[in-house]
Amino acid sequence: MSKDDSKLESPERRELIKVSGLALGGLLIATCLPPVIHKSAATQIVEEGASGDSPAGPAELGAFIRIDPTGGVTLIMPKIEMGQGVQSSLAAMLAEELEVDLSQVTLQEAPPNEELYVDPILNFQATGGSTSARSFWRPLREAGATGRILLVQAAADEWGISSEVCEARNGAVHGPDGQQLGYGELVEAAAELPVPEQIPLKSPDQFRLIGKPLQRLDTPPKVNGSAKFTTDLQLTDMKIATTRTCPVLGGTLASVDDREARRIPGVREIIPLKDAVAVIGDHTWAAIQGARALKVEWNFGDNARLSSEQIEQALRDAADRDGALATDEGDIDAALDGVDTQIEAEYEMPFLAHAALEPMSCVAQVRVDACELWVGTQVPVMAQQAAAKVSGLPPEKVIVNNQLIGGAFGRRLEVDFIAQAVDIARNVFYPVKLIWTREEDTTHDLYRPHYLDRFRAGLDGNGLPVGWSHTIVGGSVMARFSPQALGENGLDPDAIEISAKPIYHLPNLRVRYVPEDPVALRVSWWRGVGQLHGAYVVEGFIDELAIAAEQDPVDYRLRLLQDQPRAQAVLRLAAEKAGWGQTLPDGHGRGVAVHQVFGSYLATVVELATTPQGGLRINRLICAVDCGLALNPTSVRSQIEGGTLFGLSAALFNEVTVKDGHVQQSNFHDYRQIRISDAPPVEVHLIDSQETPGGIGEAGTALIAPALVNALYAATGKRIRRLPLSRAGYHVLAREA
Amino acid sequence: MSTARRFSLVTGLLGCFAPFMLAAQETQTDQQAQIERGEYLAKAADCLACHVTEDGEPYAGGVEFKLPFGSLYSPNITPDEETGIGTWSDEDFVNAMQKGVGKGGKHYYPAFPYTSYTLMSREEILAIKAYLFSLEPVHQPNRENDISFPFNQRWGMTFWNWLFLDDERFQPNPERSEEWNRGAYLVQGPGHCGECHTPRNLFQAKDASKELAGTTIQGWRAWNITSDEESGIGAWPDEALASYLSKGHAKGYGLAGGPMAEAVNHSLRYLTDEDIQAIVTYLKDVPPQDSDVTRPPEKTLADEVPTDNPHPLGLKVFADACVSCHRWDGDGRQTPHAALSGLRTVNDPEGLNLVRILIEGGKLHTGNTGNTGDSAASMPSFIEGYSNEEIASVSNFVLSHFGHVEGQLEAETIDERLGE
Amino acid sequence: MPTLTINGDTHQVDVPEDMPLLWVLRDVLGMTGTKYGCGIAQCGACTVHLDGNAVRSCVLPVGGVEGKRIETIEAMENSELGRSVQSAWLEHEVVQCGYCQSGQIMSAVALLSKTPQPDDKEIDLGMSGNLCRCCTYTRIRGAIKSVAKA
Ligand code: FES
Ligand code: FES
Repeated sequence: MSKDDSKLESPERRELIKVSGLALGGLLIATCLPPVIHKSAATQIVEEGASGDSPAGPAELGAFIRIDPTGGVTLIMPKIEMGQGVQSSLAAMLAEELEVDLSQVTLQEAPPNEELYVDPILNFQATGGSTSARSFWRPLREAGATGRILLVQAAADEWGISSEVCEARNGAVHGPDGQQLGYGELVEAAAELPVPEQIPLKSPDQFRLIGKPLQRLDTPPKVNGSAKFTTDLQLTDMKIATTRTCPVLGGTLASVDDREARRIPGVREIIPLKDAVAVIGDHTWAAIQGARALKVEWNFGDNARLSSEQIEQALRDAADRDGALATDEGDIDAALDGVDTQIEAEYEMPFLAHAALEPMSCVAQVRVDACELWVGTQVPVMAQQAAAKVSGLPPEKVIVNNQLIGGAFGRRLEVDFIAQAVDIARNVFYPVKLIWTREEDTTHDLYRPHYLDRFRAGLDGNGLPVGWSHTIVGGSVMARFSPQALGENGLDPDAIEISAKPIYHLPNLRVRYVPEDPVALRVSWWRGVGQLHGAYVVEGFIDELAIAAEQDPVDYRLRLLQDQPRAQAVLRLAAEKAGWGQTLPDGHGRGVAVHQVFGSYLATVVELATTPQGGLRINRLICAVDCGLALNPTSVRSQIEGGTLFGLSAALFNEVTVKDGHVQQSNFHDYRQIRISDAPPVEVHLIDSQETPGGIGEAGTALIAPALVNALYAATGKRIRRLPLSRAGYHVLAREA
Repeated sequence: MSTARRFSLVTGLLGCFAPFMLAAQETQTDQQAQIERGEYLAKAADCLACHVTEDGEPYAGGVEFKLPFGSLYSPNITPDEETGIGTWSDEDFVNAMQKGVGKGGKHYYPAFPYTSYTLMSREEILAIKAYLFSLEPVHQPNRENDISFPFNQRWGMTFWNWLFLDDERFQPNPERSEEWNRGAYLVQGPGHCGECHTPRNLFQAKDASKELAGTTIQGWRAWNITSDEESGIGAWPDEALASYLSKGHAKGYGLAGGPMAEAVNHSLRYLTDEDIQAIVTYLKDVPPQDSDVTRPPEKTLADEVPTDNPHPLGLKVFADACVSCHRWDGDGRQTPHAALSGLRTVNDPEGLNLVRILIEGGKLHTGNTGNTGDSAASMPSFIEGYSNEEIASVSNFVLSHFGHVEGQLEAETIDERLGE
Repeated sequence: MPTLTINGDTHQVDVPEDMPLLWVLRDVLGMTGTKYGCGIAQCGACTVHLDGNAVRSCVLPVGGVEGKRIETIEAMENSELGRSVQSAWLEHEVVQCGYCQSGQIMSAVALLSKTPQPDDKEIDLGMSGNLCRCCTYTRIRGAIKSVAKA
């Protein structure tokens, strides 16, 4: 899901900074990202921003940064906070150059506006794919610097001195003789000045905020319960809805007997929808009780007989089809011809649900002339379009108020639940808060695809690969989410991430992708998606090659990483910190995985102990990271820790299965998640780097599973190729005191 | 024709034939009373438990009974003329309930507890029929039984009946109180408690010498419910027993799971306080029989992580998934239903019911208000999310921590139980 | 009409007795710091204190808590221990999305008030009822230990 970062260096960007005064007073700095699709963005920013009161409502926030006459700085946040600390990192970029304290910055969620808030890597307005830091690294600093230069100039003009001798500090400009003017007093004059020709940026050694551990802005309200997520919103006259949606995808509602449900105190309305029934209540409990009391008959439709076995068989069958060629370098057939040591393997990864702790939820109100949403979404524009479609209103009549997200992991890149909320709300005159129960959430997710991977490789006399053939089979997320991004023959750029271009030196490389969409489930983004899949299979299979070549897995990788100094460095660091090579007792083992993921380099080492009964205990978990310049080292660490354990959770326990078209898992008792008692400490080592910041939200997640199965192999001699480990009877032992 | 429709027909005629009115009303009231009585008896007899599938229509049947020699499916007993019992005469119905012979002379297998129902009078049986006939007919064809030879030879049942069926109505014992007799009637007749709680002999007939002494059924232990103080319910206070019967739980004594939870959900919770008391009185007087598993003597536990338990994996699983409801002291954190101390379940070295509830989960409806919403008393099944080793170990932990026995469960034990 | 004592205040609520405390807090009293995550006592997002013990309010019928002392995340800043746990949480940057953290803090305070110096194992066993999907476990352990030391 990434595009070439070099787009960021586009020379036209300099023209994209616009400054203007606001009708209501104040300074507006619009820094537009390179308009990959829409060339007119800059003009529009200025027009709308300057009038300050554009009629459509949402567009009234048509810019990124505003400094008002009281000196307050508002950053219109194009990215939504879902735990990754993005808002604070972006605010720090601005505050760094604008010379204000982080606490002086107020954050405001951006409305849907593809023109203004497009993510240049993703090509649409979205939070995801670990792109935030990469996309905004320069533009936000430049915007801050522009503001500072203008404000300093305004002060210098006022005092009649050269701007050279003035200095901006803490939201004020200071003159050489102790003069001082606050930003608020300067904004009007600044707005009249022309945009500076040169916008010099600080060098990293001048940073006060970037690269320093910072207290995040969103956390204080999250430790005292005052932070509001979508589920927590309370509007006047609002009522609460929950739904029972047909348990089989594609099925429809046949009939519903709601007599019992209506008897439950607090139940207000029962609304039949095409494929669901909604119960609206005075409180969530009434809605939940009501929904459970409904007697519903469904037309299950064609998927009603579908099972996991059939889906898996379809993947197996598809593996023999040609599919689309992702990479074809050298001549694999010739290379493997007559090679003695040939290794084949088949890997499998299951469907996964997101299971964010905040279940899907959305507040919607539909009036005759407008629709308003209050919802945490990674894709405000798509939310707006979905609501427009269901309500029959034009998109500009849909207001989207984005909210804090209680974990999304890709789930809130989808708008199915938003459409459902609007579908319910258009039947009543009051605002409705739709909350899915955990059971509905688990059974009506859009799942990470089930992948099947086949490998064949040959080794030369030195054990080095002479040919590498890889077939990937699985549902295409891209085909459903944005078909225009598909390559020839349905080549899904996401499904082949990492696999198509492994960082290793692999001559005679052939990688094929065969799209095979599951019928009874929809597939979607899931933290790490393509890279997670690629890293798992490539890092598992390369380990198999090392073993076949009777070489140490770390040495073997280093040998194949000749032209990858950053990868080598993280691998060496992780190995060293892990005490790689030191002997371990019987039944213990170490495993490693390394790759470039989301623009960052990461190596993970797992050290574990096993018992003959399938017990395992992870004694150490070490990650070495080169994510370029670490904007906020604390956030980097916590993202790597959390992301790694998140991946561990799935690798240990998770698999979504289908029987008779029904998803079999429903809640945390059968879709189990890692707990503190399962979680080893994660040791994170950062490499000091000045490279462009890379993504970190998903990197850890991608590398833990291969490191884990590689360690299990080292401990037991058993190679696990199909996740999760619980399938093979493994479980986590209690930690030793 | 449903009763409701019959009523409207009658009322429609009333205007013209005023003199009929009184008589008709009386008939109506009589009929209504008979239906109500029938409904109560049908509940007491727990008909629904066997004649409704999980998402099915009430009384439409289709429930599978796995027997050692094959599977039986309960029939549709709604008044549908084609697939149900809509064409049955009174005689047909009485014969079925008292003799185990259906319309057309077909012999039933004693999974249908006619050997107990036979104690009911003709009048009561016809009240049940009136109730069933007052329901909406459901068109749902019966499933063929799937029984191997020679058990599929229904004529064999004639012989079995001759040996084991006493085709007699309940005879009160004049030396006992009315309450005792009412209890005896409910337990032996409609309640058919012995069908589960009395061990069976070689011929699948109840072993009269071990009446209510407990046995296993569908992988669950049906406890000894004689008056034995140690292994029966003799030491239970009357209120505890009454609470167990009507609510499915009595803190410190018992919690209904599996088939017994169904009996509570479908049947016992609807009985009047007087009838529950009558059952208590009778059960407390059933001659004691001893059996293997006893109620655990009281144990004083703190609500703290135990430090000396020999099952570290089980302790971890308990901390992860169980303690939120059950507490370390077994007192039941949120609701008394979650209390574990004092249950025979946690003192059974085989951990039969313990493992069963971990595999199947459980649900108890806690009131008889007709509120079908999810009650607080439910436990999810943990078998999907946890390995057999973990299930075995947490069972061993529970047995040693809350009971006084050392469980020897292993992953393989769980495997076997899953196959049951 | 159950009468509840929450964070020192008395509330009369007109709700069915079997309604879980969670929904009374959130939807009737507007105290939304306590979260819904699973409804079956498996995630801990809804943790509150009942007479000082951590309990799961999603399965706690409100009829059974009359006369008991209920405390929620909203009151944690009123006690010294609550405040030090909250500031440890900030110092250690525990929070990611934050959705589980009210429950985590409630469990941590309950643990620390009974076991002021918990070791790793005690922390694991005391906190394992609280899921964090963002997996902030490493930092939770660190934050609890720092409070224990102080
Ligand atoms: S919501 Fe109560 S434990 Fe999950
Ligand atoms: S911080 Fe997101 S669930 Fe814990």
